[in-house]
Amino acid sequence: MNLQLFYHFGNYILWLGQIFKKPENHGMYYKETIRQMYDIGIGSLPIVFLISIFIGAVTAVQFYYQMAGTLIPPYYIGYIVRDMTIIELAPTITCLVLAGKVGSNMAAELGGMRQKEHIDAMEIMGVNTSAYLVLPKIIASLLMVPILVCAAALIGILGSYIASVPVGLFTSAEFIKGVRSFCALQCIYDVGQSSHLRIYPHKCFMLSGLFCKRGKYRVGRGQHKSSSV
Amino acid sequence: MIRAENIFKNFGDQVVLNGIDFLFEAGKTNLVIGKSGSGKTVLLKILVGLFKPTSGSVWYDDIDLVTANKTSLRKLRMQVGMLFQGNALFDSMTIEENIRFPLDMFTHMTLKEKTDQVNFCLERVSLSGVNKKFPSEISGGMQKRVGIARAIVLNPKYLFCDEPNSGLDPQTSITIDELISDITKDNNITTIINTHDMNSVMEIGENICLLEKGKLAWKGSKDEVLQDKNEVLHDFIFASPFLQKLIENSK
Repeated sequence: MNLQLFYHFGNYILWLGQIFKKPENHGMYYKETIRQMYDIGIGSLPIVFLISIFIGAVTAVQFYYQMAGTLIPPYYIGYIVRDMTIIELAPTITCLVLAGKVGSNMAAELGGMRQKEHIDAMEIMGVNTSAYLVLPKIIASLLMVPILVCAAALIGILGSYIASVPVGLFTSAEFIKGVRSFCALQCIYDVGQSSHLRIYPHKCFMLSGLFCKRGKYRVGRGQHKSSSV
Repeated sequence: MIRAENIFKNFGDQVVLNGIDFLFEAGKTNLVIGKSGSGKTVLLKILVGLFKPTSGSVWYDDIDLVTANKTSLRKLRMQVGMLFQGNALFDSMTIEENIRFPLDMFTHMTLKEKTDQVNFCLERVSLSGVNKKFPSEISGGMQKRVGIARAIVLNPKYLFCDEPNSGLDPQTSITIDELISDITKDNNITTIINTHDMNSVMEIGENICLLEKGKLAWKGSKDEVLQDKNEVLHDFIFASPFLQKLIENSK
């Protein structure tokens, strides 16, 4: 068991070495990165929007009912929603969902390419497949996920506003007062946490896709294994 | 010219290739034939460098693929084209993008030069006008021809074809065989075809090696196939009941 762990770790390190080699053609890598950024960013926007708006709405409503009848001023709910969304819920939940959605897309794409001999074809042409197929995805994830997390935080706060102010739980002025008790460090933490949370699951997904054995069952197992990791 | 020298390949305890020695000649269609499980695909994958042999050498003219350094390996890769059994066309790209891919990746040609080269290759395989279609929008035979066009777009010195006739009707198979043979002659390239299609053997088999249980069982040309008394060759060629009946009737 332990030896297996060393074997996989060694393979992982060698694979990382392959990924960061000099690209054969910068233009092709750039194009692929832009395509991946579009897929990850725009492609994930609907699910991020849906999740964030509900997270924000539920947080605001739940806190209102918990704090009803206490001496805590209502504007604190805006403050709590902002902090919870920015510090924890937006990065964690968004990254978890994206790791599942985007990560299994990547594993399936690479596994499918391995099955259909696309990766073999590229290798015979002389393409460094580890770099060409993985590096653009890593760069695209690193650039797009923090943006998605910021969008999720914003949408979450908007969701809490929509769920609470129009139905009269508290006034718009109270909510905005709470939200505007601003601290810039929280946003940096938010972006930093998202990048950190993002990169490892994705690499696992890509590793499992790129090196999965032939057979649809094996591709599925690879995806399942990587999502468990 | 490609020379396989004493190739051994084991997967665990299983010996898949057992001391293969063969010379694949330039300007000729070299065929690797044999039953399923005889080691044809493993040999082809060793010849293109996808597998490393357990021992032995693969010489591309004067470069040993097994021990070559990365620079010469990369140069060598540029001179190799391969047609896969399942075509391996990138399904998210159009036919033109598929064929242009090696040019985009490895050359500094202008877009016009690349398009001209793509059109030239498509004309060479008699497929003009399908540039903007996707692989899923054309037939299996056309996909094979696109695969050939992509394999020859960088003007390779070595062309590998893994079962080019699989899944094709006899007439289309003959067209594909003739196309590969013509390209081989016109460009004086070393072509290695992995097949178990007897029509191909009799049509284009200029230099044939027969594998049996990982060993080289016979070598020769299409002219020698029917005359030779080799038992393994005889069993392989006349395995079809249809052929056996024909022989009996002729007797």
